[in-house]
Amino acid sequence: MRRLRSLILAGLVAVAAAAPAVASEEMEYPKNEWSHGAVTRGFSNIFGTFDRKALQRGFQVYKEVCSACHSMNLLSYRNLSALGYNEAEITAIAAGYDMTDGPNDEGEMFTRKGVPADHFKAPFPNEKAAAAANGGKAPPDLSLIVKARKGGEDYIVALMTGFEPAPAGFTVPSGGNYNKAFPGHVIAMPPPLSDGGVTYADGTKATVEQQAKDVATFLAWAAEPNLEARHEMGLKVMIFLIVLAGILYAAKRAVWADQH
Amino acid sequence: MADTTQTAGHGPGSGSHSGGDPTRRDFIYLAAAATGVVGAAVTAWPFIDSLNPAADTLALASTDVDLAPVQVGQSITVTWRGKPVFIRHRTPEEIKSAVDVNVSELRDPQTDAARAKKPEWLIVVGICTHLGCIPLGQKNSDPRGEYGGWFCPCHGSVYDTSGRIRKGPAPRNLEVPSYAFKTDTSIRIG
Amino acid sequence: MAHGPSSSFKNPVVNWLDQRLPIFTMIQKEYGVFPTPRNFNYFWNFGAIAMIMLVTMIVSGIVLAMHYTPNTNLAFNSVERIMRDVNFGWLIRYIHMNGASFFFIAVYIHIFRGLYYGSYKKPRELLWMIGVVIFLLMMATAFMGYVLPWGQMSFWGATVITNLFSALPLVGQDIVTLLWGGFSVDNPTLNRFFALHYLLPFVIAAVVFLHVAALHVTGSNNPLGVEPKGPQDTLPFHPYYTVKDSFGTVVYLAIFAAFVFYAPNFFGEPDNYIQANPMVTPPHIVPEWYFLPYYAILRSITFDISIPFTGLKLIEAKLGGVIAMFGSIAILFILPWLDTSPVRSARFRPIFKKGILAFLVAFFLLMYVGAQTADAAWHLGGLEIPLVYVGQFATLVYFGFFLSLPFVGLIEKPLPLPASIAKPVLGGGATAAGAAAKPMEKA
Repeated sequence: MRRLRSLILAGLVAVAAAAPAVASEEMEYPKNEWSHGAVTRGFSNIFGTFDRKALQRGFQVYKEVCSACHSMNLLSYRNLSALGYNEAEITAIAAGYDMTDGPNDEGEMFTRKGVPADHFKAPFPNEKAAAAANGGKAPPDLSLIVKARKGGEDYIVALMTGFEPAPAGFTVPSGGNYNKAFPGHVIAMPPPLSDGGVTYADGTKATVEQQAKDVATFLAWAAEPNLEARHEMGLKVMIFLIVLAGILYAAKRAVWADQH
Repeated sequence: MADTTQTAGHGPGSGSHSGGDPTRRDFIYLAAAATGVVGAAVTAWPFIDSLNPAADTLALASTDVDLAPVQVGQSITVTWRGKPVFIRHRTPEEIKSAVDVNVSELRDPQTDAARAKKPEWLIVVGICTHLGCIPLGQKNSDPRGEYGGWFCPCHGSVYDTSGRIRKGPAPRNLEVPSYAFKTDTSIRIG
Repeated sequence: MAHGPSSSFKNPVVNWLDQRLPIFTMIQKEYGVFPTPRNFNYFWNFGAIAMIMLVTMIVSGIVLAMHYTPNTNLAFNSVERIMRDVNFGWLIRYIHMNGASFFFIAVYIHIFRGLYYGSYKKPRELLWMIGVVIFLLMMATAFMGYVLPWGQMSFWGATVITNLFSALPLVGQDIVTLLWGGFSVDNPTLNRFFALHYLLPFVIAAVVFLHVAALHVTGSNNPLGVEPKGPQDTLPFHPYYTVKDSFGTVVYLAIFAAFVFYAPNFFGEPDNYIQANPMVTPPHIVPEWYFLPYYAILRSITFDISIPFTGLKLIEAKLGGVIAMFGSIAILFILPWLDTSPVRSARFRPIFKKGILAFLVAFFLLMYVGAQTADAAWHLGGLEIPLVYVGQFATLVYFGFFLSLPFVGLIEKPLPLPASIAKPVLGGGATAAGAAAKPMEKA
């Protein structure tokens, strides 16, 4: 068995040694500290919980900036209770949107105030409309964006803070913007954030970097709302399994005592 | 087939060991089995609980109804939690016949006042308490049974104008959902 | 089994049942006193572990199926509803998602163990072949399961893999249309994949039963590859191996749980969190990790095979790739007859042991190459080595390992085999307590 183990190890080492030599075309993003442990980085913080204040600020950034173009179709207003809002606040947030409902008994669509059970109101009625209003390509839905992009939260921050003048010799086609973090560096989205672009209720200074981190936290929660429940249950399950393994090991030793 | 005299729980090995203290060994086996069984039982819970109503189902658990267009003597049916809810704007005669009942003679004794927050509006879940059919009686042309309420065509249960069971196999009165009057003419069910 | 009052259990209910349906007798015989070689190492745990993973997948899968909607418009959102709204839905889905990977890890180790210790050799050829059938069924099931969430990788994976069949001469395109039930991967495809993904695990369970039944006819192989010669070489399965398997399984489950709870998307692809879009192909399509070696073999055949000097094309590159890919599994079926050496365990086979090391390296190398883009290259100093060459080399080693086995068996001088299992373990003929007398007894 020891020989087989060294065989496997040798195989793995051979592959691993070869791996760094490959030309890396994938972009790397500076890694930030996330209190929840980055969603796309495994084992990054097994006790992680979301920073509630950052979630609320991030939601504010989404609401006031991103939601002009980006939908979050998988979220409902009722989900905002996880951000620390109470029922009255959620009802008020939902009521701030007019929802199209129907058809009513006359067969017509009508408008009503949003309720907590409603999904987030999308900026465009459908994807074609979103594409038509945005130069032919619909802005992606943000519900899962953190899990749908390599780099996760760190990618969001890099992208939000990655707008800069194109380097000499790099031509940016019209309708495009240079972004050092975006694959290909030409992105249709104009720089969405600006210093002081939102005013935080809790007095936090709304720098671009701060807003980027806040909205990335919010989007991480949106993509993985059960992260805290997962971390909490994981701890219990791991402790249980390790204890059970220990007991079984003792039982195994006891059973095999007369055979060794 | 000679050596099947031992029960499955006691393998041939467990009694014949040379090393170790038997009490301690038995304790370890017991602890291992007990911990394993507890773990399996706890593991079953998430799988069972996943069959309970999901968060989005629970979030849609209330329905708002505007009562203004419903005339006296008219009934409407609205959907609440996927079930029909009967809303009847009762006539004074219907209210009277519902109130003038000797409650102690009923199969499921309940006063009309306990069932209708405002006497002119009766709001009940339109599902027969026998086996879940939808009773007739919402349209004026429907058979309503001899007590003027509802009649279940499946097995002949008869409900009165308060939705109480009067005849037939159903064991209980039509269920009154939790509801509240938001204004005089609008309610929220659930 | 058919004659005489066979069973006498203490519990009268068990006794009553057993006299009418000897299920307890069977359990007692196959898992109680079943004579098992005494010298298993922990690699022998992986059969039991794979079995537990199969059960885990079936249980979590049935619950997921209760919430899932196999319709192209609703599938993606129904999976997200499971993740967000269904009670513990995230847990069950992550168990199922990572369970597939951990099922394959267990089965890969199980197969490599069989390879290393010669478990495929007489009299266990059929046992091995049934195992390969299980492996193929698992691959089909995993492939179709991966389509169900209807993400970008689901859709394009389904498109690419079903298109493999178009390489078949004459009937290829008709077969692909038949698989799709349309002119592209669409709703009919999703529907039938769901139906088959639900069905196949039960077929796997049935074939696993045959696998275990066949195992209990021949008895297990062991690290020495020497058949047990008497009771001193075996132990009753219970409690020795029930407790050892339980311990190994729980350790494995702990590693599995660590991924489910702390790195649930480790084996996944970000692109599968984007809903399927038939109009946009992701820049880099990769199958799940457990398919990568075969995917690399497929991509390694970049050349047409023609008759030299005539320019006559025999096999186009596309078909060649498909043949090579399926051949890489199919060759496992004839492995018992390719290996001509009478010695089972690689411990006593110096050349075979080097060969299996090369095979293992090639396998991991293929896995690595399969994960890279088609045009990727290694840069060693100023030298550029396209990975496709690396893949071709590894493919050569992969097949070379199997095809050289007949000759290895002829030229190899095996090390001296131990006289029996008990001898090297105990240094003498000590008698094991309670071991049954007939290790080769028919199941």
